[in-house]
Amino acid sequence: MSTTPVTPQPPQPKTNRIGLQILDYRGGKTTLCAGCGHNAISERITEAFYEMGVQPERVMKMSGIGCSSKSPAYFMSRSFSFNSVHGRMPSVATGALLANKTMRSIGISGDGDTASIGMGQFVHLMRRNLPMIYIIEDNGVYGLTKGQFSATADIGSKLKSGVINDLPAIDTCALAIQMGATFVGRSFSGDKKQLSAMLKAAIAHKGTVMLDVISPCVTFNDHEGSTKSYKFMQGHEEPVAEVGFVSNFEDIAVEYDHDTTVDVQLHDGSHLRLRKLHEDYDPTDKARAMNLLMEAHANEEVLTGVFYVNTQKPDFTEMLNMVDEPLATLSPERVRPSREVLAEIMAEHG
Amino acid sequence: MTTPELVVQDQPTSSPASGIQQVVNDFSIQIATVNGSGSQSANSVLLRSIFRMGVPVGGKNLFPSNIAGLPTWYTIRVSKNGWVARKTDIDVLIAMNAETAQQDVLSLGAGGAVIYDQSLKLDHSRADLTYYPVPFDQLAASTGAEAKIRKLVKNMVYVGVAAQLLSIDMEWVEKTVRKQFAKKVKAAELNLSAVRAGFDYAASSLTKQDPYVVEPMSATQGKIIIDGNESAAMGAMFAGVTVVTWYPITPSSSVVEDLIEYMKEYRIEPDGKASFAIVQAEDELAAIGMVLGAGWAGARSMTATSGPGISLMAEFAGLGYYAEIPGVIFDVQRTGPSTGLPTRTSQGDLTFIAGLSHGDTKHVMLIPGSVKECFEFATEAFNLAEQLQTPIFVLSDLDLGMNNWMSEPFEYPEKPIDRGKVLDAQQLKELSGFARYKDVDGDAIPYRTLPGTDHPDAAYFTRGTGHNEKAQYTERPDDYENNMQRLARKFETAKTLVPKPIVEGKGRQKVGIIAFGSSHWAVIEGRDQLERESKLGTDYLRIRAYPFTQEIHDFVAQHERVYVVEQNRDSQMLNLLKVDLDPAQVVKLRSVLHFNGLPIDARSITTVIAAQEGAVK
Repeated sequence: MSTTPVTPQPPQPKTNRIGLQILDYRGGKTTLCAGCGHNAISERITEAFYEMGVQPERVMKMSGIGCSSKSPAYFMSRSFSFNSVHGRMPSVATGALLANKTMRSIGISGDGDTASIGMGQFVHLMRRNLPMIYIIEDNGVYGLTKGQFSATADIGSKLKSGVINDLPAIDTCALAIQMGATFVGRSFSGDKKQLSAMLKAAIAHKGTVMLDVISPCVTFNDHEGSTKSYKFMQGHEEPVAEVGFVSNFEDIAVEYDHDTTVDVQLHDGSHLRLRKLHEDYDPTDKARAMNLLMEAHANEEVLTGVFYVNTQKPDFTEMLNMVDEPLATLSPERVRPSREVLAEIMAEHG
Repeated sequence: MTTPELVVQDQPTSSPASGIQQVVNDFSIQIATVNGSGSQSANSVLLRSIFRMGVPVGGKNLFPSNIAGLPTWYTIRVSKNGWVARKTDIDVLIAMNAETAQQDVLSLGAGGAVIYDQSLKLDHSRADLTYYPVPFDQLAASTGAEAKIRKLVKNMVYVGVAAQLLSIDMEWVEKTVRKQFAKKVKAAELNLSAVRAGFDYAASSLTKQDPYVVEPMSATQGKIIIDGNESAAMGAMFAGVTVVTWYPITPSSSVVEDLIEYMKEYRIEPDGKASFAIVQAEDELAAIGMVLGAGWAGARSMTATSGPGISLMAEFAGLGYYAEIPGVIFDVQRTGPSTGLPTRTSQGDLTFIAGLSHGDTKHVMLIPGSVKECFEFATEAFNLAEQLQTPIFVLSDLDLGMNNWMSEPFEYPEKPIDRGKVLDAQQLKELSGFARYKDVDGDAIPYRTLPGTDHPDAAYFTRGTGHNEKAQYTERPDDYENNMQRLARKFETAKTLVPKPIVEGKGRQKVGIIAFGSSHWAVIEGRDQLERESKLGTDYLRIRAYPFTQEIHDFVAQHERVYVVEQNRDSQMLNLLKVDLDPAQVVKLRSVLHFNGLPIDARSITTVIAAQEGAVK
């Protein structure tokens, strides 16, 4: 009689629905400052793509120039990354998606990269409703050049040197809503729960997702008098709704109160559940969303949450009526017309 | 493309009835109109009718930067010898613009003819011209055209008058009008009645007194007439372009506008979907950004622009060079600096593009000299961009791009589409690791992967910052230097791939001429003038690409003096040559420059070279 020794099973590493581990979504070691909000955002992005079970090779990470734009190096190394030039990521991202509309795209920008040098391209990206996630890691200050104000710095905000900002902040969310983005929200790098839910919903949405994420700069803008500091955010963050996300591979039978919660079915069948915390909140109404943002400015509140969602508007790649396959890899026969076509054109010019 | 193969078989013989010595198939017609008056169709009919009679022609539009109201001139050169460069002397004037009429008349050579609106009363201005007053308004009204389109119909009346006076075959005029208005039968009939009204009036009321006539030849059989921008558009389509971005700018807009038409016609698949994307960008910065994004993700991408757009593209051009991303940029050059003369021609972007962007940047340029080469180089540019993994600039100009040129029909591209060194998932599986910027083959061209390639090793980090062979960020001095040295070697590899120059002449002359682009046509005529008038034989080399190949060095070495003909003020090509050539050769170079915004003419070249060579006429 033989005995089969019972060997304890080594613990199986946790995997997502496509069998990958969280390690498969990690990036390089960050070179940003310890405590930088951007690092927390990179963590949330890593988790969101892992949890949603997106194949990393199907993702393009786009960025411009600045601290924020370096961060794609710190998440998802198995994804294709393009760190372009200052303020011009939107055009590069547009070209890349035209070449291959079957890819997912996430762009990481900063407040300088978007609201100053990149303003022109930013608004046109929103206007086209290009199917990508556009994140502004917003700290109101230029980090790599050592602490100058950016255009999202609030009026009255103070630099370390004592300089007061006397120009109004550009509200990138209001702008994105006006310009045509179809999923617009604001979050805080320190609000793990909200940011995670918003990122997962962003992955499920097809169209331009614009997320302005307040991400404090611990070196140049985290002091008393700054409106983009951890402390200020902890005191002034005002969620318009509690953001819940139920993915298309989860049980969606969870009950919710229809009076207090807005349910939005996203393109992949996932559900965004927004429990109202604000009386006037209606994320499907552009004008009301704008109004909320304007009122918040007057009240010196930092509204967070999903402000606007539109799942009906066609995205830019749909509008161009392209063939189903990526343009990048169409066979020569499909892109070079025949000899007969040339002969026909030549005859017309004779 | 060498000297025009337009051997005149039988010189047309003429028997002048009026006793005037006829000038057959060798003169220029200038039509002076107001911008926006719709004269384009009429001018085109005139040009193409003469062309279809077998007589070589060239058509040039001299137009203002304006939508409507300012003067514009269209010149048709009729040349039995096949010379199609601009000719400065005008022989027959069709004066339709009251504002410029006096001045237009004064610019004619002695013996010239003037067809004009009789209300302008031009016949007292000069005694040495022949005047043909025509009641245009009355004739236009006689066609029954509604008042609001009479302005357009008037143009067709001058076609009829000119046809009668210059002996242009009405059969061809009719066929040309019908072809031009193929889809609008009613418009064709109305225009034809206007042509006939003009023709009949001239036959009954005007007496031919000038010497200029057109007689049938057989020198244009099988040829086409087309402009360079349309040719480039066609070339891009046959190259298999998939992503096109643009920001409208004269004189390049029609490259993309024509391309849109062609793609809609020939690149929509049976299910109605497009095998392409065309995007009008918010500015040239975005246009080139999209080109590079698309090129990076694997599309054949392009944009078309002109000088001011090139200035804006400088930053991205450097990224394309350093991150090694394919893309094609058509620069249809106009005059600078700044906004310059937006509707006039130039070859003034050469040195700027050669090193476009900051740092040590170098770009490959293709320089077409004919409409046929606009087509061929457009096709070739996409192969080169992907083979070399770098932006390729195609430098055309307004004269080539927007004017009408005769050409042999274009040939179907026999070269297969070459996508360059791209690794797929299977190849990655067989390799032990992938390093994006490693010189594996010794030609300094690395391998790349496309986003979406399904292999864990496929991804890499594209950046404009310092990078090592594995595309990782680095500030190490040796990494930086090695990469820059490899890029320099890649530029050497480019020399083996770009179109070689074309040499004409036996190579035995003391005097050589170097030219490029649209100057070609004036140069070949100029060489003929130098030979006939001054007994000065020349050899000629036409540059077709940058970086320069060995043939150019050899050509300069073989000659005692080399004239570099170019359409800019600062001898840009000569200066680029200076950098490349041995100092002993540099001293042989001399400049022949033409930069007033008008296309270069043969006489401007001949005069300078003859004077410097001490050749007497």
